[in-house]
Amino acid sequence: MKQSISFTLNGKPVTVEVEGNESLLTVIREYLDKTGTKFGCGLGDCGACTVVINNEALRSCMLAVEDVVNKTILTIEGLEENGNLHPLQKAFVEKDALQCGFCTPGMIMNAYGLLLKNPTPTRNEVINGMEENLCRCGSYNRIVEAIQLAGIEMNKNF
Amino acid sequence: MKPEKIDELYFNDVNEPIQLDRRDFLKKLGGGIIVVFCIGKLSLLNGWGQNDKEDLSNFNAYLRVKEDGRVDCYTGKIEMGQGIITSLAQVLADELQVSIYAVDMVMGDTELCPYDAGTWGSLTTRFADPVIRAAAAEAREILLDLAAEKLQVTKTALTIEEGVIFVKNNPSKKITFAEITKGKKIVKSLSTKPEIKKSSDFKLIGQSIISTDALSKVTGKAQYSGDIKLPEMVYAKVVRPAVYGSKKIAVDASELTTFEGITLINEGDLVAVVHNNLEIANKAARKVKVTWNTPEPTTDTDTIFQHLEDQITDYNVFKDGGDLTIGRAISKTILKEKYHDGYKAHAPMETHSATCYFEGEKLIIWASTQTPFGLQKQLANALHIELEKVHVKQIFIGGGFGGKIYNKQAIEAALISKSCGKPVQLVWSRKEEFMYDRFRPAAVMNVTSGVNKEGKLTMWDFDIYCAGTRGTSLFYGIENHRTRMFNEKNVKGDSHTNKLKNQSVHPVGTGAWRAPGNNSTTFARESHIDSVAYKIGMDPLAFRLKNLDHLNMTATLQLAAETFDWNRKKKEGHGFGIALGEDAGTCVAIITEVFVDKNSGEVQPIKIVCAQDMGQVVNPHGATVQTEGGITMGLGYALFEEVEFSGGNVKTRNFKNYEINKFSKTPEITCVFRDKMDAKPQGGGEPAIICVGGAIANAVFDASGARVYRMPVTSKRILEALKKA
Ligand code: FES
Ligand code: FES
Repeated sequence: MKQSISFTLNGKPVTVEVEGNESLLTVIREYLDKTGTKFGCGLGDCGACTVVINNEALRSCMLAVEDVVNKTILTIEGLEENGNLHPLQKAFVEKDALQCGFCTPGMIMNAYGLLLKNPTPTRNEVINGMEENLCRCGSYNRIVEAIQLAGIEMNKNF
Repeated sequence: MKPEKIDELYFNDVNEPIQLDRRDFLKKLGGGIIVVFCIGKLSLLNGWGQNDKEDLSNFNAYLRVKEDGRVDCYTGKIEMGQGIITSLAQVLADELQVSIYAVDMVMGDTELCPYDAGTWGSLTTRFADPVIRAAAAEAREILLDLAAEKLQVTKTALTIEEGVIFVKNNPSKKITFAEITKGKKIVKSLSTKPEIKKSSDFKLIGQSIISTDALSKVTGKAQYSGDIKLPEMVYAKVVRPAVYGSKKIAVDASELTTFEGITLINEGDLVAVVHNNLEIANKAARKVKVTWNTPEPTTDTDTIFQHLEDQITDYNVFKDGGDLTIGRAISKTILKEKYHDGYKAHAPMETHSATCYFEGEKLIIWASTQTPFGLQKQLANALHIELEKVHVKQIFIGGGFGGKIYNKQAIEAALISKSCGKPVQLVWSRKEEFMYDRFRPAAVMNVTSGVNKEGKLTMWDFDIYCAGTRGTSLFYGIENHRTRMFNEKNVKGDSHTNKLKNQSVHPVGTGAWRAPGNNSTTFARESHIDSVAYKIGMDPLAFRLKNLDHLNMTATLQLAAETFDWNRKKKEGHGFGIALGEDAGTCVAIITEVFVDKNSGEVQPIKIVCAQDMGQVVNPHGATVQTEGGITMGLGYALFEEVEFSGGNVKTRNFKNYEINKFSKTPEITCVFRDKMDAKPQGGGEPAIICVGGAIANAVFDASGARVYRMPVTSKRILEALKKA
């Protein structure tokens, strides 16, 4: 059913006209042109589409847009603050935790959700929390290091 | 170059320049200093080039020092995660003495970049690199000439640092690249062999540089083919049969009437719908009923290996020496084994994507492709237009691994755009990505070897079905040996044809997969070497060292063994495994430690050491990242990846049933390189992956006594092998 739906995206209120039943991923990428969030499978299997909704990392391909009414959504485009990279972004660059970069936005957003729950995860906790995000280029070890590094940096700032 | 041709890679012919007067493109560039290069000149570079033909109409590599002092580097290669956007800029920056951050890489744009056959085969560092170095060296000389004139000194009195030219003993007398190039347009072709820096003079080469594209990738700004949004653009969805190889009989689109604004495309075997809303296009496509003529299945996941041996009876001898009969006679122990490897998917995280539009007669396209120039030609053929009427643009690629050289999605997008008259975006679903992948072919390796009482290999008889010859030259010294390729068509890529029936022996599409064929043959060879060592009661390291006849390989293995500390004590249930291999000029030795749970058959990799001799390492950090990546991906094919099918019906169509490697199975990985700064650089993107299968299989055997003769080494196969053992 055609309707308009409102939520907060990267700190700004947005209202979109939808057909009804679209996935959040489609709305973010195709209606709102925020293409940093990626389509990897559309089946909930890869994590490329991960965004943070009300402080929880979720797979946008598995959510109907109706489910996010009035919620607060953060995508990779919303991580920088006043032109400064988020510690996770910095750590991914520093550790070179990426190759083709296609899984990267989903990895970073999933890690963001993980660090909210557990600011100083052990190596194993990072692995458990990230396990279902896939990287075909094989950057896993560097991603783990980057997340731990970012955790340390973020704790320093408090 | 046709995809089939590229498949001959098994790579022999790596260059076929297209005839195209490229002088036109010079007009498209702005001012500055432009270095033009004929491919024939590559032969000046000590045979580092890919081609010896002189062809003056075909300019082939160049750079431009722009009027603002920044430098454009044009290359037909593309960036798909292998890091050449950084390493090529690095060699240019070193040679030209500018900051790496002043280099703008223009990659894979068919109007701006020199022709390139494609990004595969770990060729970039070996072949693109020397060309860019030479062009940079030429530009440097031009800049020095102009500076000498301006500053009124002799050229030898000058030196360059970070894009500024100084008088050596009077540094206040200086001029920047920007000042020299301002208002000029100088086009120069390389005429003599330029002076290329010696390794002792390198400032940047050999330094570890963090990827220059990382920033755009962590912010979501890096654009891939599905991220382009055009005005009036429609989304296309192709209607697919359930079985690969099906032919269209009839189309019933009567149910489409319920969708407003939908357009049906029905041309030849292509049936698709387009709509300006992605999800409506996807829904509507499911309502189109197509009757297909479906091929009968002739084989499936389990019968495929026997099928290959039955179907392919022709062979040619790839290499032989000595006499196998003598070899047999002088052997004390003879071991005969059979190894199998199933189909593997490329499964890049970015599915095949393309976005395109027509500007009058001309097609402009962004596509996830490893072969932009090959695509240009394919599109010109498919659309019946001239080559110049197709412009393939630069774009990031979300992983390729050999799977993105065929460009089916881009051709579909272009045909659909032409038919509906609108800009089109086509992004394959994950299911399409699995069904229309060109899989790494299933392969059979039969190996018989003999060894004398001193533990020296005396005989080697190796028959390969469908895995090509890449990397099968023996580095073990075995006097009596023979390596046969079953059906010479095998080595010619995709057309693994049964001559009688003139149809492929494979029920699904096949093609090049990161280090084509070499994964399968290396798994078989190195597993067998281990089996022999075990049978005669020798340590697998000592047995290899005794039989190697290749100094670089021996040194590489020794480096790996020292780094790994081979003689250390093993914990209960743990095992060590070695595999050696050669690919793209690089020697690889991998040693793994795994833990095997004998009750469940589950394998946990604990540690991996990879030593490589890849000649000069341009960017050690980049090479490490590539190596780690190859090994991490390799753990997938070694432990989980298997395409299941019945005929052309591919059953593994998502990541739930086609399992790739994940975080938890990735152990600590240590990469070491032999130090050879004065040697030629060799391939880095592919080699390491070839040894993962063998090293894991051998470690599993060491840990549990389970010898698994078929990749992947799954828990189920380990338990079966344990029952037999
Ligand atoms: S695209 Fe959402 S999980 Fe893969
Ligand atoms: S960097 Fe390519 S998939 Fe992760």
